[in-house]
Amino acid sequence: MPTIFIDGQELQVNDGENILEACLNAGLDLPYFCWHPAMGSIGSCRQCALVQYQNEDDTRGRIIMGCMTPVTEGARFSLKAENATEFREAVVESLMLNHPHDCPVCAEGGECHLQDMTVMVGHRDRRYSGKKNTHRNQYLGPLIHHEMNRCITCYRCERYYKDYAGGTDLGAQASHDHLYFGRHEEGVLESEFSGNLVEVCPTGVFTDKPFLKQYSRKWDLQSAPSICNGCAVGCNIAPGERYGKLKRVHNRYNHEVNGYFLCDRGRFGSGYVNSDARLDYAGIKQADGSYMAVHQQQALETAASWMQGKKVAGIGSPRASVEANYLLRELVGAEHFAAGFSEAEAPLMASVRRILQTTQAMIPSIKQIEAADAVLVLGEDITHTAPRVALALRQSVRNKSFELAEQMGLPQWQDAAVRNLAQDQRSPLIIVSAMETRLDDIASQCISLAPDQIAEFAVSIVEALAGEPSSNKQANQIAEILQSAKNPLIISGTSMVHWGIVNAAVAIAESLCTEPSGCMLSLCIPEANSLGVALLADKSSPSLPDLVNSPPEVLLVVENDLQRRLNPQQMEQLMSAGTLVISMDMLENATLGASDMVLPAASYAESQGSLVNMEGRAQRYFPVFEPAAERLPSWQWLLKLAALTNHKSLSKIEHFDQVVAACAKSQAEFTNLVDAAPDQSFRDRGLKIPRQTHRYSGRTAMNAGVNVHEPQQPHDHESPLAFSMEGLNRDQPAALTPYVWSPGWNSNQSLQKFQAEVDGPLKGGTAGVKLLQSSASGATQKASCEAVEMQAHHWQLVPVHQVHGSDELSVNTDEIAEMAGMGFVSLGAAVAHKLGVSEGDGVVLASGGTEVSLEVRILQRVAKNCIGFGLGYAETLYLRAGSLATLAVDAQWQRPQPQLIASDKATPDPIVAEGGSAHV
Amino acid sequence: MSKSEMIQTDIGSVLTAEEIAEIDAELAHVPYKSGAAIDALKIVQANRGWVSDQCLQGIARHLDMSAEELEGVATFYNLIYRRPVGEKVILFCDSVSCWINGCDDIKDKISQTLGIDYGETTSDNSYTLLPVPCLGACDRAPVMMVGDDLVTHIDHEMVQQLFASAEQGSAE
Amino acid sequence: MEKVLTRNIGVDQKPTDLKAYEANGGYQGLRKVMAGMSPQDCQAVISDSNLRGRGGAGFPTGMKWSFVPSDDKCTPGHKYLVCNADEMEPGTFKDRLLMECDPHQLIEGMILSAYTIGADISYIFIRGEYLLAIQRLRDALKECYASGLLGDNILGSGYSLNMYLHPSAGRYICGEETALINALEGKRANPRAKPPFPQVSGLWGRPTIVNNVETLCNIPHIIDRGADWFKTLGLGEDAGTKLFGVSGRVKNPGCWELPMGTPIREIIEQHAGGMRDGYQLKGFLPGGGSTDFLTTEHLDLAMDYNVIGAAGSRMGTGTMIILDDRTCPVGMVLNLIRFFAHESCGFCTPCRDGLPWSRQVLQDLEEGRGQPEDLETLSYQIKYIGAIGNTHCALAPGAMEPLQSALKYFYDDFKQHISSGRCPYH
Ligand SMILES: Cc1cc2nc3c(=O)[nH]c(=O)nc-3n(C[C@H](O)[C@H](O)[C@H](O)COP(=O)(O)O)c2cc1C
Ligand code: SF4
Ligand code: FES
Repeated sequence: MPTIFIDGQELQVNDGENILEACLNAGLDLPYFCWHPAMGSIGSCRQCALVQYQNEDDTRGRIIMGCMTPVTEGARFSLKAENATEFREAVVESLMLNHPHDCPVCAEGGECHLQDMTVMVGHRDRRYSGKKNTHRNQYLGPLIHHEMNRCITCYRCERYYKDYAGGTDLGAQASHDHLYFGRHEEGVLESEFSGNLVEVCPTGVFTDKPFLKQYSRKWDLQSAPSICNGCAVGCNIAPGERYGKLKRVHNRYNHEVNGYFLCDRGRFGSGYVNSDARLDYAGIKQADGSYMAVHQQQALETAASWMQGKKVAGIGSPRASVEANYLLRELVGAEHFAAGFSEAEAPLMASVRRILQTTQAMIPSIKQIEAADAVLVLGEDITHTAPRVALALRQSVRNKSFELAEQMGLPQWQDAAVRNLAQDQRSPLIIVSAMETRLDDIASQCISLAPDQIAEFAVSIVEALAGEPSSNKQANQIAEILQSAKNPLIISGTSMVHWGIVNAAVAIAESLCTEPSGCMLSLCIPEANSLGVALLADKSSPSLPDLVNSPPEVLLVVENDLQRRLNPQQMEQLMSAGTLVISMDMLENATLGASDMVLPAASYAESQGSLVNMEGRAQRYFPVFEPAAERLPSWQWLLKLAALTNHKSLSKIEHFDQVVAACAKSQAEFTNLVDAAPDQSFRDRGLKIPRQTHRYSGRTAMNAGVNVHEPQQPHDHESPLAFSMEGLNRDQPAALTPYVWSPGWNSNQSLQKFQAEVDGPLKGGTAGVKLLQSSASGATQKASCEAVEMQAHHWQLVPVHQVHGSDELSVNTDEIAEMAGMGFVSLGAAVAHKLGVSEGDGVVLASGGTEVSLEVRILQRVAKNCIGFGLGYAETLYLRAGSLATLAVDAQWQRPQPQLIASDKATPDPIVAEGGSAHV
Repeated sequence: MSKSEMIQTDIGSVLTAEEIAEIDAELAHVPYKSGAAIDALKIVQANRGWVSDQCLQGIARHLDMSAEELEGVATFYNLIYRRPVGEKVILFCDSVSCWINGCDDIKDKISQTLGIDYGETTSDNSYTLLPVPCLGACDRAPVMMVGDDLVTHIDHEMVQQLFASAEQGSAE
Repeated sequence: MEKVLTRNIGVDQKPTDLKAYEANGGYQGLRKVMAGMSPQDCQAVISDSNLRGRGGAGFPTGMKWSFVPSDDKCTPGHKYLVCNADEMEPGTFKDRLLMECDPHQLIEGMILSAYTIGADISYIFIRGEYLLAIQRLRDALKECYASGLLGDNILGSGYSLNMYLHPSAGRYICGEETALINALEGKRANPRAKPPFPQVSGLWGRPTIVNNVETLCNIPHIIDRGADWFKTLGLGEDAGTKLFGVSGRVKNPGCWELPMGTPIREIIEQHAGGMRDGYQLKGFLPGGGSTDFLTTEHLDLAMDYNVIGAAGSRMGTGTMIILDDRTCPVGMVLNLIRFFAHESCGFCTPCRDGLPWSRQVLQDLEEGRGQPEDLETLSYQIKYIGAIGNTHCALAPGAMEPLQSALKYFYDDFKQHISSGRCPYH
């Protein structure tokens, strides 16, 4: 550990870091713009200037950029020297020449990194007398708003979007002080990770468009630590509320999971929380099919009376919390508790559970995935099935370049230099899939095979690894690549609903575990708590078809739209008149519509619970605000039902923490659940953690339109968080960090004040806890599955997952619905040609008795005999993976007009960056 | 590949066979296709005077680049024109030696004669006037290029002779 | 004095073709080397010769080459030699002459240099506006390929080299060697951070040497006639001859090959014929638009790197721009700063936004809107933008050189602009 001196202060610093990092680690306030902990240095903004002295006698020194200067033993610097402070102020002053002076009305105001740095350097008075340069803004789609005049040209957006996230449609244009960051033409940003621009941009050039429509200042938002329920990755989020509306979602740093970034589903997909389709009151179905609204207590009493002495079964949900599912299981008994998976999914999830519990392979965190130096992906389009993992894979392929850089003594944070050195040399990423994936651009090999063949191919790799080279040369070669890797990773998952693929993936990982390198294995699973609920189901648990075949007298459905799991006949049979169905959920859906009683459930933003992500990590989310109307969190509905039905064990339980404790005791896998977050009794220096900022304004006025008497703040009896601004917001446990702010650092860059060191874990640790540990025994699976038999003129249906479209909840957000478009079929160019259709035409797809008209999307890479269907769309609800289909041109088809639901596109104004080419 | 890119593919290439052949010749000696980006822009511009959006997209497709990436390159350089220009571009040197030797006055004379300012094109589409950094002929200042020709020691009379026949007035 | 670089250049400035070039001893050096000099031998001669780069910074060429890792010290792959023929420095017009009139001299220099550093691919990165030079180089390259001087197995030596011409799309920053490399890669020409230096990671991440046209034109002569001979050419401490040029209001502006260390007075008064009638010399930029002004008191200095450096300026490209007594120094600096501000690549803040700020202040002064505090602002900007290291590359500090020295030598002119509320020269 080298020692350096900053203004005479002796600092022990980390080997290989730069001076900016060293300063931030030492808690010194050195302003910066272009540097980003996840993206390294390029030295463009020149804001992080210090003076470096040759030796003790050197009194003049020279200006250096902290972010571009590696620490060296004995080096001497000054942050406070006058030439350094003057220089830093001059940088801000010149950045301000063209900057609008509209902080009070700017969407970034109050959380603007530029604003913070301007104050920090002490710049106040403008000396420039010229006119400001102005730019035209671009329409970038429904998610991101563009305001180019605020740009300070730090290049962060371009570097994030292109270099980090692999986007191709946003970047720098023009030059000198006409620099422009935008698209070639106006249009929707293509990247599934575009939303991070909002947080990456240090000013308000890229802002959250849905948020602008219901804007509040950062300091006016009430936030709670939360977990995204968009998929099984479990990114940590910080949703913000005001006036009872969920306003926006920001990233919440978790060193091991999402780091600094979210996908767009996670950031923008919570609009449903504010939806008009939310259920407000309990209702009991009348003879005429309408619902009579009833109060909570009445509904509960009725439900209890229905259940009294009856055969009651429960259907849980892979999107509901562990606690809600656990309570349901206890309430109805394990032998009457269905996890709520579809018929095809259930055995898959059961085997994933078994695999994760028994495999010798390491189940990696996202951070660990970034460290892989050879990756094999089997069957997944990860960008759509576990988006944040795809972003990590984009970093993993860079390990080759870091290796080259290391040989040259070049530190990793020298970002541009490392990229120039490596050019397109990447660590191997091999993708074997039925169709093109969004990671094809960085893959070293893409192999297109139908699902059955993927499994077969993977088995050939297993054989090659076992020293029996197969006749498949490609498989042998991949085996070699994996064997020679230092840190190989196998990724597969359930998205093809194909057990053979998962099984063979595990077999590959297991064989690699016999090598010194070991192997990482990552399995993508469908929903936010798929694993949690799979852990709760046991052998006695019925499947959905079991329940369909012998319906119970009373059925309790918790947060599950069965239409997505059953076919219409099964649905009809299950919900038939003979069974009394009680369902709790958030949004109107087919299941609620067929139930005898409906109970309004709180959304994730209004309740607390734990989710178990794809790596077996349990993470806790907390209510951001109190549920409105008569909504209740599912766990509370269930607990109240248990009390009213005098349940033997549950009726003694009142509080959330007791539910967690009971669940932890009920089964070994959940032992650690209590450690997912501190319990209700936690106090930080005697105080609860405040959800509101110290500057939370207008609290007394917010309700004045309704009642001039300020209502009492709600009390939170269930969590260590308070609906209050009183309390400390500093270094609290990671799981209890609702937002980041630090004096002088109003923007999200204040995160560095919460990190133990730059890019490291938080001072409050890392939120969440792993429930499952790798075992030494090894997961042995018997590898057999039925192959799909092809027929002439038929295609095999392959599900195509979409970040925007496939997820049940997020599509109830206008902006996401606009991004999702309508149900589609994906065809290879050859098939399209044969049918005589092109992109945007319509076809009639017939499969298993269903016939649907779908829009055609044409792909570059598709396995033989396969066609894809957009998963999760209303039109495709009853199509099943692996079944056979026929296609015919839809003569009635009308090309869908682009429908603008959520966006504010006004005139199609082709943007020309000011001064486009310099002279013309 | 994105949806918008796929739709574009259907239009077919906007580049001529000759242009493609010329670009391919450049591609032969670069390790990455994008390495020929500037050459390709210049090839197309030499043919058509400027680079339209369509051409830019066509080149990008041919080089496996995104249109945005190529736009970033095209707009960086002074000599790639992203808007139409006249038949001949006048690159008028306004740098230091020419300035000392009175180029401001000559520029006014040209503007007056042709009726155009910097960045404008005559209404008969024959000339576009652009400033250019030092042309490296300072010993013969003031200088300019008219199309491919270097014109040195410019004075009012030469301006008159060169441009008197051109139609006055700027075109959009 | 013996003409070396311009020996094939007559007053008519006709191009020298392969035949004429060879007839005057051309490709002798190359033949000598191919017949038996090793790259190490060549490297030693160049290091010995004290040749300093003629692109502006004057970095010793031999030393620069020595940083290229030998084959056993780097991963296998190409190495590149790049000729910097982007000549765009205001007031500079020397490389044009060398390329238009004697293209083979440059090509021979490049083959020898490439051979020395072990490069197998070379580029001439030439200003797009230099159409005549482009044509003549193109013809010369064809001749070379046709006669086995380029391509596979040059002159039967087993050494192979390809040479390509890349006409630029126009931008002053492309002259900066790392920006040039980005331009060659088909990218936006932002300079790269150093280290790593291009010698180890340059074009496409491979070892790369970038040299100026004039530097490379010296190589065949040094190889052919030896380091000692070369050293004797200079009058002072620097070796060799140099193309010096003069522009502005002198009787006979032009460019001449003279020994290193030739006194400035001789260049201006003898070769350029002195000031035009009715004009007095007030000051001059000794080596292009990004060097500091010198004045009449410096006329007897020798054009040597260190001598000019000690006087507070730089030798730069060796082509002087004369400021006469009837030209406004504020206007002249404004013209230069406007150029630099426009040619900034826009990558780093002090240059991208600082230069337009300086331009604005100078424009206010020149147009009669100047305020007394403007001069303070200018000094502040010079301190802020002018130091190497404050910016990402040397463009912006270079831009500040004429301004800072103008403030030093012509302070009264600046003040007068303010006090009289107009430019006194108009
Ligand atoms: C802004 C800027 C512009 C430059 N322009 C040129 C140029 O046009 N020609 C040139 O030879 N060197 C130019 N240089 C210098 C080059 O970066 C580099 O030092 C030179 O090509 C090295 O060649 P040499 O060692 O032979 O002098 C420029 C440098 C800067 C910072
Ligand atoms: S000083 Fe900065 S902005 Fe200017 S040319 Fe160099 S890198 Fe570009
Ligand atoms: S943060 Fe160091 S130069 Fe931008």
